[in-house]
Amino acid sequence: MTANENNTNGYLVGTTLERMLKAGHFAVTGELGSPQSAHGEEIRAKAALLKGYADGVNLTDNQTAIVRISSIAAGAILVQEGLEPIIQMTCRDRNRLAIQADLLGAYALGMRNLLCLTGDHQIFGNHPTAKHVFDIDSIQLVQMVADMRDKKVFQCGDEFKGIEPRFFVGAASAPLADPLDFRPYRLAKKINAGANFIQTQLVYDVPAFAKFMEKVREMGLHEKTSILVGVGPLKSAGMARYMKNNVPGIDVPDEIIDRMTAAGKGEPWFGKKNAEMTKEEKRARSKARREEGIQVCIDLIKELREIEGVAGVHIMAIEWEKAVKPIVEGAGLYPRPSV
Amino acid sequence: MIIAEQKPLDEIKNLIGDAEKVLVVGCGTCVTVCFAGGDREAQILASSLRMSSKLNGHPMEVTDVTVQRQCEWEYLDEIENEIKEADIILSIGCGIGVQAIAEHFPDCWVVPGLNTTFLGLPSEQGIWEERCMACGNCVLGLTGGICPVARCSKSLLNGPCGGSEDGHCEIDPDVPCAWQLIYDRLASKDKLDLLLEIEPPKDWSTAHDGGPRKIVREDLMLETEEAEA
Ligand code: SF4
Ligand code: SF4
Repeated sequence: MTANENNTNGYLVGTTLERMLKAGHFAVTGELGSPQSAHGEEIRAKAALLKGYADGVNLTDNQTAIVRISSIAAGAILVQEGLEPIIQMTCRDRNRLAIQADLLGAYALGMRNLLCLTGDHQIFGNHPTAKHVFDIDSIQLVQMVADMRDKKVFQCGDEFKGIEPRFFVGAASAPLADPLDFRPYRLAKKINAGANFIQTQLVYDVPAFAKFMEKVREMGLHEKTSILVGVGPLKSAGMARYMKNNVPGIDVPDEIIDRMTAAGKGEPWFGKKNAEMTKEEKRARSKARREEGIQVCIDLIKELREIEGVAGVHIMAIEWEKAVKPIVEGAGLYPRPSV
Repeated sequence: MIIAEQKPLDEIKNLIGDAEKVLVVGCGTCVTVCFAGGDREAQILASSLRMSSKLNGHPMEVTDVTVQRQCEWEYLDEIENEIKEADIILSIGCGIGVQAIAEHFPDCWVVPGLNTTFLGLPSEQGIWEERCMACGNCVLGLTGGICPVARCSKSLLNGPCGGSEDGHCEIDPDVPCAWQLIYDRLASKDKLDLLLEIEPPKDWSTAHDGGPRKIVREDLMLETEEAEA
């Protein structure tokens, strides 16, 4: 290794995301769902929708336990396309050997941001009879990759002989999941393990999140890491209700559901039953709802931005990557500062 | 204790095939207590096999016997004659019992009548729940006596994943979240500080991942001469 091969100029790693956060800019990350096929072009097409609008793009790792193009392979495509990937790594499918090996490869391929996750249980996905791994948990994963970078050791303690992989390490937080009182402490554990940035679960209930952030500030956690709050555009009131009732740790307040329900009020098709609507009317309804979903998301970002300790937003518009552009523009976050 | 449940009758019949003399062997310990493979179940299973074989025109001779513990040689010695007379042994002990019979009577053909499911307890009449996975390095001292290895669906060691809701695990509303239970218990004992320490990656070599396990207690072993005498 030559002297400056891992020279990062005072940054831990020097990714755009890290620079953005260090410069005090409100960061924006996006998310790209990989296809359930070997169709790499689909990733390029989605990447084009996000380019210039996000400081980093999360690539999911068999999200919801459904087999897709791997996050690292998708990350390699993003690097080729000139975007900065944030590769996700779960503990469900790989043991500590496989995780480290894959991360060495990801680094060699130019990936520099990493989000460490527990992973959804395989029972939710398309291979519910699979054996899972969970050799380590997400906090141990954070510590392992932070140690690879800072102590230059593998998990077993062996020292790196050559170049160590230097990742800007992220972790997730579910601020409103149970047990609620423990969530700030779990966040503290992730920070102590070495999490440089945090991306939260989707937040719709701003007051509840603000309460969580109060505790976070009281514990001084926002000064030790950068918290990017998760937001996502809703497609309909039905989707909002589904998430409220079925996704742990997500509560969608009635006001937001009401806003989604009222989308398109005054239009001739409003209030009609599905069976009575023409194709055009249905299309118009879907458009009105989506526009409202985007507006709700913009309003959420504006409110969340006011909360002290929020360093950015993570926009999850999976299978609706087109929504990112209007959201970022609408929230006044475009163009992205150059760092 | 070891919890098991009976295999579907059709699967058992397939395993037995066209044997003429079948011996059902029950076990008087764990599987008796969980109503899967004790004396009573052995009798019932033997008679249903007799009946169904009669109905399909190939009557089998099905007898049954139950030993106190299928997993110890001395109890198996007691049924040596019955084992030798049968064409096939249908063990309704746990998987250990089945293997003990195969090992102790190499000439016999033994098949399992139960699915051995887990190490657990009856939480109430008619309900059994898993409690331990025999990981070989018990962490219950850190978690208030509630096992995260066996009872958290992801065997997490540093607290709840984001899927915990209203006390249940993300996989099923009927499965309690182990970490909610641990949290509540530690909170009630004023010991939440135990949860703040980062628990390092577990050494799984003491679990099955290290290969089949064995314990040797020399203090309990018989001296060679003594054993030979
Ligand atoms: S920690 Fe290991 S030995 Fe202890 S109860 Fe859990 S699985 Fe069993
Ligand atoms: S919900 Fe609770 S029991 Fe289920 S996997 Fe998560 S922490 Fe474990």
